[in-house]
Amino acid sequence: MSTIQSRFRIQYKQFHLDTELEFPDEGVTVVFGRSGSGKTTLLRCLAGLERSPTGYMRFGDSVWQDESQNKFVPVHRRPIGMVFQEARLFPHLTVRDNLNYGYRRITPDHRKITFGQVADLMDLHPLLERRPQKLSGGEQQRVAIGRALLTSPRLLLLDEPLANLDAQRKQDILPFLIRLRKEMKLPIVYVTHSLGEVLQLVDTLILLQEGKSVATGPANEVLSRLDLAGKTGPSTVGSVLTTTVAGHEAEFGLTRVQYRDQSLYIPEQPLEVGSPLRVHLLAQDISIALGKSETPTSVLNLLPATILEIGPTDPKGSSVNLKLDVGEPILATITRKSLAHLKLKPGMQVYATVKAVKMVHEIEGY
Amino acid sequence: MDFSIIDWQPIWITLKLAVITVSVLLLIGTPVAWWLAHTPSRARVWVEAVVALPLVLPPTVLGFYLLIALGANGVIGGPFQSVTGSSLAFSFAGLVIASTLYSFPFVVQPLQGAFEAAGKTYLEAAWSLRASKWDAFFSVASPMAVRGYLTATVLGFAHTVGEFGVVLMVGGNIPGKTKVVSIAIYDHVEALEYSQAHWLSGGLLLFSFIVLLIVYAFNRRLPVHVS
Repeated sequence: MSTIQSRFRIQYKQFHLDTELEFPDEGVTVVFGRSGSGKTTLLRCLAGLERSPTGYMRFGDSVWQDESQNKFVPVHRRPIGMVFQEARLFPHLTVRDNLNYGYRRITPDHRKITFGQVADLMDLHPLLERRPQKLSGGEQQRVAIGRALLTSPRLLLLDEPLANLDAQRKQDILPFLIRLRKEMKLPIVYVTHSLGEVLQLVDTLILLQEGKSVATGPANEVLSRLDLAGKTGPSTVGSVLTTTVAGHEAEFGLTRVQYRDQSLYIPEQPLEVGSPLRVHLLAQDISIALGKSETPTSVLNLLPATILEIGPTDPKGSSVNLKLDVGEPILATITRKSLAHLKLKPGMQVYATVKAVKMVHEIEGY
Repeated sequence: MDFSIIDWQPIWITLKLAVITVSVLLLIGTPVAWWLAHTPSRARVWVEAVVALPLVLPPTVLGFYLLIALGANGVIGGPFQSVTGSSLAFSFAGLVIASTLYSFPFVVQPLQGAFEAAGKTYLEAAWSLRASKWDAFFSVASPMAVRGYLTATVLGFAHTVGEFGVVLMVGGNIPGKTKVVSIAIYDHVEALEYSQAHWLSGGLLLFSFIVLLIVYAFNRRLPVHVS
């Protein structure tokens, strides 16, 4: 598998970036971090908008930057598409001319996608003759994504494309991004400070903290690492499960999803049976039982689990994180008192009860 | 009405001077304004102060130094004379140089303002869409600065038409060569030829007003709005 490899070191007065990364050049790579963690600067380095004096960057077989060889491919010669936080549509051009701006600048034999295809994909036909100022924020971002796609990029870079949109607009854009991931074989690097917004998209996760990358890997692996649990904030500690919709129980307002040979009930989703769906299990919503209870309980989701690892205990805090194997690694947060009371040890067979399953969009934060 | 009393020659010289000066100014002023708008260099404030000097200097001071520089022994006039054999001082070419310097801030400042307002963000977007730096300048930065260009052109033109002190000192007052309208009016008044002075002054007044009117009307209709 080919990869994107980079090494950037940038020193500003208030801020520094010092990262060395290697990640797959396929699927969606999410760069996640607080504001000021350097994620936008990292993206700008990948695009060639910033130049690290000692930097190195390789995309597949092509080296775009190697300062030791004095090599730096300028932005306009890189086969990238860039979407900025503010759409940056040219105000003196119509939507159609904005879309054509990059399309006209690549040679016809490099065009892998047509104007019509992009207009269909991003649903832009009703907007074509309008001026960017007359569009809503969500429409502007759709045009900006379409404009970038029309250069037939080999790498798409998105800098918090949803950050300036309200919750409703986010909901409007997200299906387009999901469609993009599904229909185009295009590696995407997506910068965000809100993990919830990208849970349906993410394949690889890069966690950035104070200019350094603290973790890189498959999303679920990174999210379920105990040593990182404290770093992502309580509202994101947990795991992502990739499931398939198995059926609906409309009379109860529930949807049943499946992963491996396990199933979970979640609030009803407007999805067809067989559709893929990622669900987020927050560690704080998962508790442990030693055996299947003889007395009836209200818990619907009961998964057989093996304790893999017990996180470090903070003598001042009351809780502790556990890593469980339920077919996939997941995290659970329980009290230290329960840990002692149940005499939990790595290797023990237990049951994980899932009180709630957060869907994408519901979690904001970090 | 007797139009024969109007001396048309200064009018043509004035228009020719203004058109040439503005063209030169836009050509030189654009890169200077661009540099001022985008450079992180510390030299910027120095260049800005120099560019703005004609705004505060009495025209006679500028005219005096220019006269020396353009003269047969001056830093510009000397080499010019040895190459072409003719003098820059008291010539139309000398007048163009003087007007260009004198009206420089009137062109550079609106352009700089327009480039700064558009910022670098749209340029970055253009680069990421495969536009080279030159391409991005012509296809994004300059059309977005169209109001700035309009203001710069009008101010540069009007200021050149209206100048008096500098052209008098550098150009002398040679009929058919360097005698412009403002000086012709002065001459007419000196000679108590009030009706000729009326024709030229009234004409200049009307011309200036119409130009400004067109500009303001046009400016409102331009599509570009950059906050």
